[in-house]
Amino acid sequence: MARSLKKGPFVDPSLQKKISATVASGSKQVIKTWSRRSMITPESVGITFHVHNGKLFMPVYVTENMVGHRLGEFAPTRKFTGHSSDKKVKR
Amino acid sequence: MARIAGIDLPRNKQIGISLTYIFGVGNTRAAEICEKAEIDTTTRTDLLGEGEVVRLREIIEREYQVEGDLRREVSQNVKLLMDIGCYRGLRHRRGLPVRGQRTHTNARTRKGPKRTVAGKKKTPTKK
Repeated sequence: MARSLKKGPFVDPSLQKKISATVASGSKQVIKTWSRRSMITPESVGITFHVHNGKLFMPVYVTENMVGHRLGEFAPTRKFTGHSSDKKVKR
Repeated sequence: MARIAGIDLPRNKQIGISLTYIFGVGNTRAAEICEKAEIDTTTRTDLLGEGEVVRLREIIEREYQVEGDLRREVSQNVKLLMDIGCYRGLRHRRGLPVRGQRTHTNARTRKGPKRTVAGKKKTPTKK
């Protein structure tokens, strides 16, 4: 079910504060965040975030197309390196 | 023969069903279209008059996106997801289910026919 429009997009208040500050100062400082659930708003276009994936911070450069998605969508939480090939059948 | 949006409609089916052969028209839209064109959904397709077919064609062309255009939009949306590198895009790239379904078993629609892995035990027996 979609979120009510009345409420507007969700951005963690703490993150919102940092975004506003970065936009106001125009600095290219990356923002480190754990808030994967925050929606990407139009004002954060051009900012690089470091989004936590549970272990590391993944760099995410926000482009125009990403608006409306959430930060977590761009920092995968699982790493699949492939199946091991050398496993022999055991008797 | 009724030919709408580049598709030949099956002639011996009811028009409400025939319209669903168009990509982008399902039961709901077929009923909507028939209502707008003031045609009973249960009339057989080959019994429709030329005027009625023209009306159907006009309504579909004017108000709905079907067939090629729709397919193009869908594939563009998928491509966009892949380009921005979001989770859904990654799933599309790998040909795995996109909406969080399980992949331990099933998911054959996305993964295609089974590929047997050599050396894998058929039945995992517990000792």
